[in-house]
Amino acid sequence: MRHNKKFNHLGRKSAHRKAMLANMANSLIEHKRITTTVAKAKALRMYVEPLITKAKDDTTHSRRVVFSYLQNKDAVSELFRDVAAKVADRPGGYTRILKTGNRIGDNAEMCIIELVDYNEAMLAAKEEAAKPKSRRSRRGGAKKSDAPVAETKVAKTKEEAPKAAVVEETKVEEAPAAEAEVKAEEPKAEAESTEEAADEEEKKEE
Amino acid sequence: MAHPKHKTSKSRRDKRRTHYKAVAPTLATCSNCGTTVKYHTVCPECGYYRGKQVIEKEIAV
Ligand SMILES: [Zn+2]
Repeated sequence: MRHNKKFNHLGRKSAHRKAMLANMANSLIEHKRITTTVAKAKALRMYVEPLITKAKDDTTHSRRVVFSYLQNKDAVSELFRDVAAKVADRPGGYTRILKTGNRIGDNAEMCIIELVDYNEAMLAAKEEAAKPKSRRSRRGGAKKSDAPVAETKVAKTKEEAPKAAVVEETKVEEAPAAEAEVKAEEPKAEAESTEEAADEEEKKEE
Repeated sequence: MAHPKHKTSKSRRDKRRTHYKAVAPTLATCSNCGTTVKYHTVCPECGYYRGKQVIEKEIAV
């Protein structure tokens, strides 16, 4: 009987599947975003997330454990050096799956799977959205209209290249820049925590 | 192993298939550009999803 055996074999034998997931994990770590089918993305999420968690603890042992899965030393060093630093204060949920419609040919459901901390456009947008919430606990509505510009500027210097389109667009709309600039520095810490909360919400809704 | 005793007639086959129907997908309007999009899917026109620019337009297929 197949009761409760929910594991997706992806139409492959164990060795084939492991090799494929290792290759996909290497690509994801190298490029931060890959396009694939939804089924594979969900399998990959279960495969890489524990490895990323392991990468937070930089020891020879955990490096060897991760290497035994990935079999690629470039990916392992990239993971432990850059990715681990970025995800340091994220309690799981390092990947995001965005559905992009069906593939021409076999009509397979396609998606983009990416590392959450590398999507610059969304990080910038989120910082804006989280900001007014943390100060005056407004609900809805406030999202776009009065997020302070200063915050986006801070983000810009920190992250090398946020997606200019979004940032510019919001900048034009925003008038109350002057007052926001003053207050921009101190509520940073709380903004980050709410940001995480918002992220959790988002995951659930997905 | 069980085997069919009789050939399924065209009539029976076709009657069985009367319940095979195409279902129209539920569609929404993109909050950014107003195109019709499938639910839970990034807008193929502008790369917005749930009011946010999530991917660049070129990448969104
Ligand atoms: Zn759109």
